Amino acid sequence: MSAAFLFALVGVGLFSLGLYALIVHAHLLRKILAINVMGSGVFLVLVALAKRTGESQPDAVPHALVITGIVVAVSATALALTLMLKLTAETGRAELPEDQGK
Amino acid sequence: MGALLSEISWGVVLILLPLAGGIACFLFPRAAKVLGLVSVFAVLLSVSGLGWNIKVNGIYRHAIGGWNAPLGIDLYADGLSLLMLAATALVGFGISVYSADYFEREDAARFWPIWLLLLAALNALFLSADVFNLYVTLELMGLAAVALAALAGGRDALGGAMRYLLASLLGSLAYLFGVALLYHGFGSMDIAMLAVRVEASPAVWAALGLMSVGLLLKTALFPLHFWLPPAHASAPAPVSALLSALVVKGSFYILLRLWLEIFGPLGGGVDTLFGLLGTGAILWGSLQALRQTRLKLLVAYSTVAQIGYFFISFPLAASAGVTAWSAAAYLVLSHALAKAAMFLATGNVLRFGGHDRIADLDRVVQRLPLTACAFALAGVSIMGLPPSGGFVGKWLLLQAALTQDRWDLVSVIILGGVLAAGYVFKVIGHAFTLADISHESREVPAKMEWAALLLAFGAILLGFLASPVLSLVGIGVPFGVSEVSP
Repeated sequence: MSAAFLFALVGVGLFSLGLYALIVHAHLLRKILAINVMGSGVFLVLVALAKRTGESQPDAVPHALVITGIVVAVSATALALTLMLKLTAETGRAELPEDQGK
Repeated sequence: MGALLSEISWGVVLILLPLAGGIACFLFPRAAKVLGLVSVFAVLLSVSGLGWNIKVNGIYRHAIGGWNAPLGIDLYADGLSLLMLAATALVGFGISVYSADYFEREDAARFWPIWLLLLAALNALFLSADVFNLYVTLELMGLAAVALAALAGGRDALGGAMRYLLASLLGSLAYLFGVALLYHGFGSMDIAMLAVRVEASPAVWAALGLMSVGLLLKTALFPLHFWLPPAHASAPAPVSALLSALVVKGSFYILLRLWLEIFGPLGGGVDTLFGLLGTGAILWGSLQALRQTRLKLLVAYSTVAQIGYFFISFPLAASAGVTAWSAAAYLVLSHALAKAAMFLATGNVLRFGGHDRIADLDRVVQRLPLTACAFALAGVSIMGLPPSGGFVGKWLLLQAALTQDRWDLVSVIILGGVLAAGYVFKVIGHAFTLADISHESREVPAKMEWAALLLAFGAILLGFLASPVLSLVGIGVPFGVSEVSP
């Protein structure tokens, strides 16, 4: 098993772990963190798969994609955190309205 | 003049113009309304320019910065892209006219920059030709849409927007995972190149699964529609119209493109699954719409149902390609116009009476005749009665189903129409009758009533324009040439 394959496998693991956390946790900060963990999983897969079999140099394009992806993830996280703060100020709890009271 | 028009690269204009307009609105909040209206009108003109260009010269392709596809990013537009761009510009302009009177000073300063950013993202999405660029535009569209959904403030809107954001991010990440797998397998992001290189393998099936789930989540296909009703129903009326008419179509367009170019030819049973989910959406969405007591939620569930029709095309396309896909394109266009009109009419009722309880609508017909007319005309198209765009779309869909003896789908298409008639008449009936409690009423500006009515007229007018619209969509044969179009 090559190192690239191992990294890709870890990426898939992170993605699944994040998905699980996103579904089971009610607290919004945990949900936002879970999304970020999923994102890191995808980025890890992209970086790992850049080392294609039979070529000595890794492909640079996926690396460029990851950088773009990180920029997107940062802005999305910022928006999510702002929304969470507004929602907490409004309802007193950092949870989705439908999840409260369970 | 003609030479000058064809030299301008309209695709670039279509992306830069709303982006610049949005920044200008942000910098000069006092002039936001004027700047916004001018930008949206200019986008409408640019789409006509692009349309003229495509009609004369065929497929539009532009390599940004002079770098060609494998390394650079290409902009690409054929008939299908043009249809989506035109629908966005037309509906967007109608909603903008409405918004000019709907939003007061402070709200206007917030609304216009985000709406123009959303417009730039939508235009970029419909012009993209590679799967990663589509991911970026998908995220831009999602973030702008969430910001708009949160605009109203308050518990419901913020909660709805938060749920929408989480669903939207989950969808884009699943899509991005699929992009990674496709790139690893075939070493390209360009859709045209992927179409040539792709062949069935476990990685491609995984990519198809991840991308489909991600995009279906963003398109709100049953049973992944859970985020749509709260987000669409708690937003201000023009925002609900934008989200329902345009934003869900963005992710559907990506799925359609990927299917037409990359995944469709591979076969497999996925199209049957899409058909089943579409059936579920039509039945579940319509029944939920019938059960609602609030007008906005009724219209939002109607969107869930109508999205189902787009997916009925997938199982039919295998042997009636062009007819089924033309039906989907026509339904997307007419739903955009009709649903925008419906949400705007709902906004008028809400502004007029201060509530949207269907049972207490209290003679809206007498007090807001234009609004009631807009709602009814939009309802005609949603039900699929002739003459309307919805009728043409559903007729083509029925034709595709009948030629293949798919009686199960035929009955679903017809039953969906009957159920739609049920929830539209439920509203119209209450609008004609006197309610127990009459309420304080507020003036509704004429522009807001006319904007809703003209969009509804557009949906009806589409019923007479089937052949020119379909011949325009056929430019660049986006749907393949499996048979002769009717």
